[in-house]
Amino acid sequence: MSELEGWVEACGVDDIDEEDVIRFNYGDRSFAIYRTEDSEYYATDGFCTHERVHLAEGLVMGHIIECPKHNGRFDYTTGKAMKKPVCIDIKTYPVKTKAGKVFIQMD
Amino acid sequence: MAPIIEGRSNEREGIVISETAYVKRNYSLTGPENQRAQDRGIASAEWYATPIPRKRMKELMQRRNLPAIRDTLLWFALMIGSGILAYYAWGTWWAIPAFLLYGILYSSPADSRWHECGHGTAFKTSWMNEVVYQMASFMSLRPATPWRWSHARHHTDTIIVGRDPEIAQPRPPIWRIILMDFLRLYAGPRDIKRMFLHSFGIIDKEEKDYIPPSEFRKTFWESRFYLLIFAGVVFACIYTVSILPAMFVILPSFYGAFLLLVFGMTQHLGLKEDVLDHRLNTRTVYMNPIFRYLYWNMNYHVEHHMFPMVPYHALPALHEEMKRDCPPARRSLWEAYKEVISALLKQGKDPSYTIVKPLPATAQPYNYGPTITGDNRRVQ
Ligand code: FES
Repeated sequence: MSELEGWVEACGVDDIDEEDVIRFNYGDRSFAIYRTEDSEYYATDGFCTHERVHLAEGLVMGHIIECPKHNGRFDYTTGKAMKKPVCIDIKTYPVKTKAGKVFIQMD
Repeated sequence: MAPIIEGRSNEREGIVISETAYVKRNYSLTGPENQRAQDRGIASAEWYATPIPRKRMKELMQRRNLPAIRDTLLWFALMIGSGILAYYAWGTWWAIPAFLLYGILYSSPADSRWHECGHGTAFKTSWMNEVVYQMASFMSLRPATPWRWSHARHHTDTIIVGRDPEIAQPRPPIWRIILMDFLRLYAGPRDIKRMFLHSFGIIDKEEKDYIPPSEFRKTFWESRFYLLIFAGVVFACIYTVSILPAMFVILPSFYGAFLLLVFGMTQHLGLKEDVLDHRLNTRTVYMNPIFRYLYWNMNYHVEHHMFPMVPYHALPALHEEMKRDCPPARRSLWEAYKEVISALLKQGKDPSYTIVKPLPATAQPYNYGPTITGDNRRVQ
């Protein structure tokens, strides 16, 4: 894993299936990295804002991630909470791909 | 009192249970058990999940509109058909079976549709889930917003005493409530009383434990709307000098409720409390296709609790994936009932009695959580 100018390598571009999500842990933090059907990549905090459940076990439908515990939903491209019991938006992170790798920018 | 752990394979799990008296517990969400569950680390905890390859899980989670549209149209057709029969039978003895049929077709699917659409998994299209959820909530007399949050808590803390608002029966069981609820005479008035409170802007203490304040306003307006419909039905009865209008709306939630209780009682009764493994506190029961239609496959209840994002139509397939890791499903409603009633009778004498079915050799061990026994006895 390499760190360049605040960007952290999270995974290879093919480590995520199209319209899917994987978990990425970094230090004591955890993220969810998404790949759309058009192979665009996005990242959010890993844990749902409702309870401490990781979104990487959830279902990606278009730009929506559905949480595996109570079926709350977020738009993972914006972080917006879309369906109860999720009420609080989730934090998103900039993502870029380079040389077959996915990088996310942490704050 | 001898410890009773029916069918438990102690050799595999290496657990010894001491003989200590069962302490009667307070099931209220406002009592000491709530804090106790949090202190023991079993509130909002991590639960056991059967390992299923991600690729297969994604297939099982896929949403479809067709099965739910088909089932919903059939439901409406059945309700309308039985409603017409009941209407023309009114005033004759035939009205009794006709309304019974109508009541069952009104009440039982309303419960299961409320449940599935509340999870948002029944239809692929979100607004369809929401429309059916709102309608089924009224038909079940379960106001949509408070019950959405109650059910979320039920999934977070399934059968965790002091945390789960949907524990059907305490130990020892209260038979009076079970019998009353065959006609929804306990839960119905409780929910209607809450509607009145909500309409005056009051949320009771129990509900405050799981409904966030941001949802109060919606809860109040929802109840006012429900009560407005009640008033409309009462007015129609007065106007027509007949209870016939109420026989079609509101009263079926009572006289048609018995089948949903029959189904519902198989879900968790007689099984463990305070564990972190749905295989220990939830029961899967094989049912015939008619019951499965009415109940929307909720007889696969272990599967549903472990993976709530799998829609009802994929639960039989999920069951096949999970079988190797679960105690055997009860082969029929009859077999489940023998187990449930016998457990409730035993719990009447010994509230510490619970059923633990042996796991197949291919299964991962049970996750009893931090307290291992999941009841009030100590573990050595
Ligand atoms: S934990 Fe994500 S919706 Fe509840």
